[in-house]
Amino acid sequence: MDLVQVVEKDLLRNDFANVEIGDYVKVHLKIKEGNRERIQIFEGTVIARKGSGLTETMTVRRVSYGVGVERILPVHSPKIDKIEIVRKGKVRRAKLYYLRDRVGKAAKVKERLVNLKK
Amino acid sequence: MEKYMLGKKAGMTQLFDENGIAIPVTVVDCGPLVVVQNKSVATDGYKAVKVGYGAVKNANRPHKGQFAKAGVESKKLLREFKTEAEYTLGQEIRVSDMFNVGDAVDVSGVSKGKGFQGTIKRYGQKGGPGSHGSMYHRRVGSMGSNTDPARVFKGKKLPGHMGAENVTVQNLDVVMVDGERNIIVIKGAVPGPKGGLVEIKSSVKSK
Repeated sequence: MDLVQVVEKDLLRNDFANVEIGDYVKVHLKIKEGNRERIQIFEGTVIARKGSGLTETMTVRRVSYGVGVERILPVHSPKIDKIEIVRKGKVRRAKLYYLRDRVGKAAKVKERLVNLKK
Repeated sequence: MEKYMLGKKAGMTQLFDENGIAIPVTVVDCGPLVVVQNKSVATDGYKAVKVGYGAVKNANRPHKGQFAKAGVESKKLLREFKTEAEYTLGQEIRVSDMFNVGDAVDVSGVSKGKGFQGTIKRYGQKGGPGSHGSMYHRRVGSMGSNTDPARVFKGKKLPGHMGAENVTVQNLDVVMVDGERNIIVIKGAVPGPKGGLVEIKSSVKSK
């Protein structure tokens, strides 16, 4: 495994290490249209982080017009411009799949009050 | 066959290309190789280069002798590859001397052993119905006709040992080469377990 980590080391993006499970985030995605590039924002709660190294992904879930939408994003992808943490969540487990079975207010994650500016 | 390298499979990961699309890659811990002998048409009837690879603790005398002739330290393995190029004895060959990014390669190795397997896993045959009292789930099918020919034809697909055989995957792209750290990164999967010996050659099919 050692050499695999050597190859991955320079390509890892460590700027999203503070994104935790339960956080409400705005993901700025680079979208290519022809030869023009624009930024699309996907908002939602981080319900899972899976895998390790360059293959790590995170699942962002939001309910849009009453329909649950989940996007699985490779954390180290160059297509991600930045991830903005809107608010931190107070959760007790690593995978928030239980949110899928809930609707309305029950599908909310409690907020953990921290100073995000820092 | 022009280019050649020996290495150990280190494992798989993924890299992102210029469009941000993830591509699966295998990392191989390569060489360096040491030139032990130049074979020529005059003495051997064909042109090739014999190389040594890998550290060895205890080598027997005949094995050591081959390296002593070239005046180099003994290596674990000896392999030959056909080439028109001339190498000096004792010369060290690194991955970066052989391959560049964008080259097409064939990779050979011994596949992972699967043990004794049935025809479904071994040959990809279809299974029977799972339920409704079929009592025919993963069994071998018909053995063939009855009175004529009154035997089972040779080559009939039956259960048996699977895996642990020589496998070559053709036409894989080289994604990254690092001569200093002896790393080559190849797009796609490569036969064998992690730590297994693999042989990398220039591709026979790509032009």
